[in-house]
Amino acid sequence: MKAEGYSAMHEFWGNLRSIPNHVYRAVFRGGPPKTDRTRSSFIFGNVFLHLHSVRTHLWSLRWSTTMGLGIMTTAAFLITLVTGILLMFYYKPYTDVAYQSIKDIHFIVPTGRLIRNIHRWAANLMVVAVILHMARAFYTASYRKPREFNWFIGWGLLVTTLGLSFTGYLLPWDQLAYWAITIGANIAQSPREITDAIGITSWFDIGGLQREILLGSDRVGAEALIRFYLLHVMLLPLMLAGLMAVHFWRIRKDGGLAKPEHADERVIDEAKEFYPVFTDVPNKTYHLAAVVKGKTPQVGSGPEHTVPSMPHLFYAELGVLMLTTLICVGLAFMSDAPLKELANPMVPENPAKAPWYFLGLQEIVSFSAFMGGIGIPMLCIVGLGLIPFLDREKKGTGEWFGGPGGWKLVKWSMVFGFGVSIAVEAFAIRFGWLREWLPDIPQMIITFVNPGTVITLCFAIYSIWSVRRYNSTRAGALALFTCFLCGFIVLTVIGTYFRGPNWNFYWSPADWGGH
Amino acid sequence: MTTHPTEKRSRFDPEPIARRDFLGLAALGSMFAAFALSLLGMLKLPKAAVSASPAKKFNVTLPDTLADGEAFIPPGRNVAVFRDAQGVYAISTICTHLGCIVKTSAAGFDCPCHGSGFQKDGAVRKGPAPKPLPWLKVSLNGSVLTIDEESTVKSGTKV
Ligand code: HEM
Ligand code: FES
Repeated sequence: MKAEGYSAMHEFWGNLRSIPNHVYRAVFRGGPPKTDRTRSSFIFGNVFLHLHSVRTHLWSLRWSTTMGLGIMTTAAFLITLVTGILLMFYYKPYTDVAYQSIKDIHFIVPTGRLIRNIHRWAANLMVVAVILHMARAFYTASYRKPREFNWFIGWGLLVTTLGLSFTGYLLPWDQLAYWAITIGANIAQSPREITDAIGITSWFDIGGLQREILLGSDRVGAEALIRFYLLHVMLLPLMLAGLMAVHFWRIRKDGGLAKPEHADERVIDEAKEFYPVFTDVPNKTYHLAAVVKGKTPQVGSGPEHTVPSMPHLFYAELGVLMLTTLICVGLAFMSDAPLKELANPMVPENPAKAPWYFLGLQEIVSFSAFMGGIGIPMLCIVGLGLIPFLDREKKGTGEWFGGPGGWKLVKWSMVFGFGVSIAVEAFAIRFGWLREWLPDIPQMIITFVNPGTVITLCFAIYSIWSVRRYNSTRAGALALFTCFLCGFIVLTVIGTYFRGPNWNFYWSPADWGGH
Repeated sequence: MTTHPTEKRSRFDPEPIARRDFLGLAALGSMFAAFALSLLGMLKLPKAAVSASPAKKFNVTLPDTLADGEAFIPPGRNVAVFRDAQGVYAISTICTHLGCIVKTSAAGFDCPCHGSGFQKDGAVRKGPAPKPLPWLKVSLNGSVLTIDEESTVKSGTKV
C-alpha cells in the first residue's frame, strides 16, 4: 500500500542523513527545558533526576534551610567514587605488594599522587559533611513524622560512611594502617573484658567470633586485607548508593524538606522574584495527592511558593558540587595523604592512632576497651537512631533549634557538654584513675566506672533534667544531642592533638620527643 | 472441594477453594524458606574452619650471655624469654588491652598504645589492660627451648 513513486532507497538516504538530528531528539526527548512543561518533563523523563520533585518550595531553596550539607556529602561521595575507581587501576590488595603499589601510585603513576590525595580529602570531607548534615537535620527537627524512616536511612548512611573510612584506612598497609586496624579488631574482641570477668569466655566468646569474622584469621594479615578491600570497594559503596537512592526518594515522598508551619508566608518576598511562576500549565500531573501521605506542595497550599526544580534547585546543587570539588582539589594540592613505613607486626607505631574521627573513641578506649569501644558507641548509635521515636512533639518542626528551650537551651547544653567532658578528662589526666590508686581493684569496676562512663552518665542526667525543666521531650533531645556533639569534639581534639607516645598527655606534638 | 458445578454461587461469596491463594502462599513460603536457608549457608562462609596463620610453636636457644632477668626476644616473635636461678620462662608481649606490642622497661613492660604498664611477672601495674600478660608454655630439650604461643601456663611456672 505504498504511495505511487515511493522509493525505499530514497527513504533510506533520507534516514541516513537525518541520523544526527534524530539521535539528538531521542536522547533529549523533551527539548530544551525552557517552559514549565519541558522543565517538568526534563525531570520526570529521567530516572535519576526524578528522585527530585518537579517543583521545589522556596523555603527548601533557602541557604539556611540545609546549608547544602546533604548535597555536599553526596558530592564528596561521587568524588571518592571516581578517584577510587582510578586508584583501583594500580592498587593490589595483597600484603606483599599492597604497600609498594600505593608507593607506586604516589610516586610513579602520572597524576597518581593527586588522585590519591583527592580521594583522601574527599573521604575526610564526607565524614565531616555527614556529621554536620545529621546535626542540621536534628537541629531543624526535620526527623519528625513522616520523616522518621528517612532519619533511619540517614543513620544507616552515617554508619556506612564510617565503615567505608575505616576499611579504607587499612589498604596502604603501612604502620599507621596496620596498628589502627589491629586496635580496631581487638575492640571488636573486647566483649571478652566482660565474658572473662564472669568467666564464660570458654563457651560464649562473642568477642573472639566478631574479631575472627572481621579478620578472617587470628591476626591482621592477608585475609584481613582482602576482606577490608572487598568491603571498601564493593559492599559498602553499593550499600551506600542503594541507601542514598532511598534517602532522596523519601525526601520527595515525604513532601519535600521539612518546613515550618508558616513557610508560605515567610517566603513571600522571595516568591515575588520568580514571577511569573507558571509559563504554561503542566500537561502532566501526578495524581498522587490521594496516595501520598503528608503534604506535597500540591496539597493544601497553592503552587505559588514553589519554583521549577530545573533550573533553580539543580543549579544550586551543581554549585555545591563544584564548591566541594574545589575544596578537595585545593586541599589535595596543598597537602599529601600520609604514608608511613611498611607495616611491621613486631613494633607498634607509637603513638598508634586511628583516623581522626575515631580518636575520640580511642581516647575513651584508653580507659576501658569494652565500654569505650563497644558499650558507649552502641549507646550513642542506638540513641541517635531512636531520636524520632523519643521526641514526637510538633512544635518547631523545620525551624533551627525549634522546640521548647530553643537556642538558649542549646547554648547552655554546650556549656555543660564542653564543661563536663573537659573537666572529667582533665581530672583523669592529672590524677589518674582507679587502678593508679587501688592497684588490686577488680576489672569489672573499671569497666563500668571510668571517665567515659562518667561523662555519659552526666549527659544522661542533664538531659533528663532538661525534659523535666522544660516539660518537653524535644528539650531532652536538644540537650542530649548537643552534649554528645560537644563530648565528641572534646575527646577527638584531645585524642588528636594532646596524646603522644604511650598515649601520654602532651601540650603539643612538638614535645613528643624522638618519635 | 465439595462444591457442585451445578450450585450457583454469587460473585460476592468467597471462593471455597482459594487455589490462587494457596499457590501464591506456597510460592511465597518457598521463597522465604530458600532465602533463609541460603542466608544461613552464606553466613557460615566468612568464618574459616582453619585459619591460615604461621605455626605457633617454635624453637629457640638462649644466648649464653643472657643475664638474670634480662629479656630475650626471639626474632619475629612477640614473646620475651627470661632465664634466672629457678629456670627459664616466656611471657607474651602482646598487650592484653588491644594487642599492641609491649616493650620491656625497668618496671617490667610498658605498652606504647594506651599506656598500660605491667610488672616483671606480667601483672597489670597501670592503665586499661584488663588482664596480666600470659605466661607461655616452655618445654626444654637439652639447650633448645620449644615455646608454644597458643598454650598458656600459670604465672610463675619456670622450667
Ligand atoms: C552519605 C550520607 C548522606 C547523604 C549523601 C545525605 C543526603 C541528603 C540530602 C541531599 C538531603 C536533602 C537536604 C539536604 O541537602 O540537607 C537529605 C535530607 C535528610 N537527611 Fe540526609 N544524607 C546522608 C546522611 C544522613 C544522616 C546521617 C541523617 C541522620 C541520621 C540524615 C537525615 C536526613 C533527614 C531527616 C533529611 C530530611 C531533612 C528535611 O526534611 O529537612 N541523612 N539527606
Ligand atoms: S594496647 Fe596496650 S594499652 Fe592499649
